[in-house]
Amino acid sequence: MRKSLTCTVCPLSCDVVLEIGENNEILSLTGNKCARGKVYATKEHTAPERTLTTTVKTKGGSLPLLPVRSDQPIPKPMLKKAMEATADLVVDAPVKMGDIVIENFLDLGVNLVASRDLDRAH
Amino acid sequence: MKRSDVDVAVIGGGPAGLAAALAARNEGASKVLIIERNHELGGILQQCIHHGFGLHRFKAELTGPEYAQRFINLVKETDIEVLLETMVLEVRDDRTIYAVNSTDGMLEIGAKAVVLAMGCRERTRGALRIPGKRPAGIFSAGTAQRYLNIDGYIPGKKAVILGSGDIGLIMARRLALEGAQVEAVVEILPYAAGLARNVVQCLEDFDIPLILQSTVVQIHGDDRLEAVTIAKVDENWKPIPGTEQKIECDTLLLSVGLIPENELSREAGVALDPITNGPKVDDTLMTSVPGVFACGNVLHVHDLVDNVSKEAERAGAFAGRYALQQQADAARRVKVEAGENIRYVVPHEISLDKPVEFFMRVQRPEQNVVLDLGGLRTVKKPSVRPSEMLNITLTEEMLSKLEGDTLTVRIVPQKEDGVDA
Ligand code: SF4
Repeated sequence: MRKSLTCTVCPLSCDVVLEIGENNEILSLTGNKCARGKVYATKEHTAPERTLTTTVKTKGGSLPLLPVRSDQPIPKPMLKKAMEATADLVVDAPVKMGDIVIENFLDLGVNLVASRDLDRAH
Repeated sequence: MKRSDVDVAVIGGGPAGLAAALAARNEGASKVLIIERNHELGGILQQCIHHGFGLHRFKAELTGPEYAQRFINLVKETDIEVLLETMVLEVRDDRTIYAVNSTDGMLEIGAKAVVLAMGCRERTRGALRIPGKRPAGIFSAGTAQRYLNIDGYIPGKKAVILGSGDIGLIMARRLALEGAQVEAVVEILPYAAGLARNVVQCLEDFDIPLILQSTVVQIHGDDRLEAVTIAKVDENWKPIPGTEQKIECDTLLLSVGLIPENELSREAGVALDPITNGPKVDDTLMTSVPGVFACGNVLHVHDLVDNVSKEAERAGAFAGRYALQQQADAARRVKVEAGENIRYVVPHEISLDKPVEFFMRVQRPEQNVVLDLGGLRTVKKPSVRPSEMLNITLTEEMLSKLEGDTLTVRIVPQKEDGVDA
């Protein structure tokens, strides 16, 4: 099977073409203009990852929402579940950037952390 | 009226203003003031909750709020004064600033140097002249981003996004993640205007179609938007009859460009560049009004905040020197011109006595070209696109070889040899 990906590592945006075997293994990889493209395309084929960024509700904060992120990328298929898991979350103010909102988020070995400081409402 | 005097007054507390204020302070200006209209510092970054900022600056992929917080924390460590919820009404050409807020009323601020860092705003539907009624449900992408990420309101359930710039792409993903249906991103150009990485991670990941060479030609709905009609366009961007397609939606986001916010600059008598819509500046980022500097998106619209910070640091440092009267007048000045396939270059004028970083954009995409700065430096580029700003530095030594009174920047086809990579 043939699969084509856009390398997103640099602005050149090479179209990388993968030839995929029966056991999902990569038979050939062409179109990348550099080695980083190979690393990217291999990862993107075998286990694509994305960083989750979203907001959670706050209690007692100067703003109704706190932006949060996963401190490491998570498997792409987990994005939806991750959004559901943050939908009803409420965080108490004050918060400092980097504070852990959920440790070992969804057992993925990553933390959900605050993207900014948030003071208490005055 | 309350009167105060400062060395450097920075108008705007977004990424440009923060970096400029810090640099001015570091340069030795003792009284530095940031005047910000919002209730907090950080500017537009506070609503850009996605990651990808700071790759050059911090060698990390930060979210917008994280990038802002790092600078805000640095400012907090200094004695830089910050006036929040304060609106600047006027900047005079003698660098007197009139501002207003609810605690002090009217303020008169005398500044030895002023840094303009007001940023930009979005082009609106009015600027596009889409026919149809005026139902609710039509937002600029940035406004929708604010509703969603700061205030916590989802703008609609079924959206079409006009414009494939990065803000449009980022909002497509954000809406999809929050459970809205994004029917399509419609782009008038034959290629996506935003970064490839955003096309992959914001559209392809969520199976959102990107419809190229098309635009919205009709708005439907009375109270609330009910649908839009899109159509293919010809090479002159004219809709082609017979290609219309109606898409049901309750929300239309417009991501159709940004315009530097220069009302204050104009009234101060600052000369503007009709292409960038920002001030004309020299290599110290000083405008045509002595002692008034400009940086960030008020000067020209950037695509990387890292470049905004860098440019702002330069502006802030020179503003600091100006305030301390340490800036000597240049002996020779040279005009910078946009040549073949260059839409604009900043700065507009240079003085050859210090290294200069040039920022520029091309007019159209091209591949395998050479960026040529007046023959003083040539750089091979595998591809150039209008959406990706180019920046390149000329050293004093390179500049010393310049003859004549103009430096022309151009894009030329690649030859086999004779250029550095
Ligand atoms: S393959 Fe290499 S050159 Fe091509 S886009 Fe990826 S990183 Fe850039």
